[in-house]
Amino acid sequence: MKIVVCVKQVPDTKGGVKFNPDGTLDRGAMLAIMNPDDKAGLEAALRIKDECGAEVTVLTMGLPKAEEVLREAIAMGADKGILVTDRVLGGADTWATSTTLAGALRNIDYDLIITGRQAIDGDTAQVGPQISEHLDIPVISYAKDIKIEGDSVVVERQYDDRYHVLKAKMPCLVTALSELNEPRYMTPGGVFDAFDADITVWGRNDLKDVDDANLGLKGSPTKIAKASDKVRKGAGEKVELDADESVAYIMGKLKEKHVI
Amino acid sequence: MGLEEYKGVYVFAQQVDNELSGIAFELLGKAKELAADLNTDVTAVLIGSGVKGLCDQLAEYGADKVIVVDDPELKEYRTEPYAHALSSVINEYKPEIVLVGATAIGRDLGPRVSARVATGLTADCTVLEIGDFPLNPVPGQEQKHNQLLMTRPAFGGNTIATIACPDNRPQMATVRPGVMQKIEPVKGAKAEVIEYNPGFTPNNKYVEIVDIVKELSDTVDIMDAKILVSGGRGVGSAENFKMLQDLADAIGGTVSCSRAVVDNGWMPKELQVGQTGKTVRPNVYFAIGISGAIQHTAGMEESDIIIAINKDSSAPIFDVADYGIVGDLNKIVPKLTEELKAVVK
Repeated sequence: MKIVVCVKQVPDTKGGVKFNPDGTLDRGAMLAIMNPDDKAGLEAALRIKDECGAEVTVLTMGLPKAEEVLREAIAMGADKGILVTDRVLGGADTWATSTTLAGALRNIDYDLIITGRQAIDGDTAQVGPQISEHLDIPVISYAKDIKIEGDSVVVERQYDDRYHVLKAKMPCLVTALSELNEPRYMTPGGVFDAFDADITVWGRNDLKDVDDANLGLKGSPTKIAKASDKVRKGAGEKVELDADESVAYIMGKLKEKHVI
Repeated sequence: MGLEEYKGVYVFAQQVDNELSGIAFELLGKAKELAADLNTDVTAVLIGSGVKGLCDQLAEYGADKVIVVDDPELKEYRTEPYAHALSSVINEYKPEIVLVGATAIGRDLGPRVSARVATGLTADCTVLEIGDFPLNPVPGQEQKHNQLLMTRPAFGGNTIATIACPDNRPQMATVRPGVMQKIEPVKGAKAEVIEYNPGFTPNNKYVEIVDIVKELSDTVDIMDAKILVSGGRGVGSAENFKMLQDLADAIGGTVSCSRAVVDNGWMPKELQVGQTGKTVRPNVYFAIGISGAIQHTAGMEESDIIIAINKDSSAPIFDVADYGIVGDLNKIVPKLTEELKAVVK
């Protein structure tokens, strides 16, 4: 079977965030990692490959340097990497991003597409379900377990207070939770392979059945009006007292605020 | 058709097991404010099987109209029939704004529907207001009025962005649970009820539900608690949470926790506060042995009073705490519990 895993290179949010003058993210200026939910999705695909045999292709859209995450994926055991990169695709919101990735996926044979549930930069969880809509295939979001049964995929789909065991005929798209598994490390042999691997690079003209009006910043229905660092609430009092005094201090505050 | 022909503020009234979710009322509360600014009305879209009995409750919480899509295919949430229901309602009634809860259901339904009706969707909003886009006039660009301005945190809470959807309709947002305020219900209020069924024919996109496994224990929803006693990694073990439970019992509160605690298996996921857990805004939030990573504070910093106890004086939790105590929680918490028991009878 053929599995495509969509991965995103994301800024490590621990390293601080920078913006371009137009309010879009300055991704070039930040440290980059493979998005954690995507990495869990990749691990799920590699486990299916280990158990029943599969060809695993990793697909990303981003700046040229995003090929780093494809090489990392190959070092973990993926077979092929495809990078979609083009100036006209920059500044895309989730609609334009999902349109672009769907345009790339139409060129690829797949039984199963796996994406992460959400990326740690945008936290939207929208691109996976939107890709599935563009491709007219079923989606199962929030997967905490993925199994293959014949021509179907069986997924434990997490909700707030329950999970559903869902079964869908492939082709199908599944979005993975990072709770799904513990991703493997790159192997030394894998790192060698990854270094030598050819990464396929596609631009705008390689996308199938997409309209320019739906791509990039211009093709994004949502527009940023304003972006800024979060204004945080100032720190209050801080005291260092012994245990009895600490308790007296807290009791005093609770009384002052009429909590007790 | 012109964008100005789209009218009204619509809310996806999420129900599970034919019981309305809290987010439905929160969205109605916000929708009422937006509708007042736009001089229009509020419509709840109620999707399910045998759900008509819920209409009055939606009216009491602010719905002027309820569109009911009732069909046996809609008994349990499944992406395709629900997406078909909501996008058919949008195509038929042409709302100006559609709000969906940013729940495990809404964050699946919202994107699928927005892609189907070809409009933008802003995720996980925490502020919604009506205003101009661009915010200030820009030479050579039309400034549009009466736009939905959607504000949301991004980058794990490090930044906030305000987003508009000026050229497509409806303007769609998913809204973080626990942020918007529901109104005081108006007893006896009635809404105009419209029944609508677009027809449901299973196709390749319908998935089969093999099993439903409910995981909920009978614990209180931490989003409803007025006082939360929240523990982090510093509590040290699952057993030590007994100490926090005693404190919570003494002050009439509920125990919650940070992500590290859930990852360690000390407490269940449903008690987790933060970016990947729940957003809470109690009257009092005790942060005990919680370092206060931004992913945690994003879920609790709106609390009225934050009291932090941590032995590390440089812990970031002290940056958001109203009252910070640098000290040993193992000594302070039991003594505090005793004091409270003496005072609160």
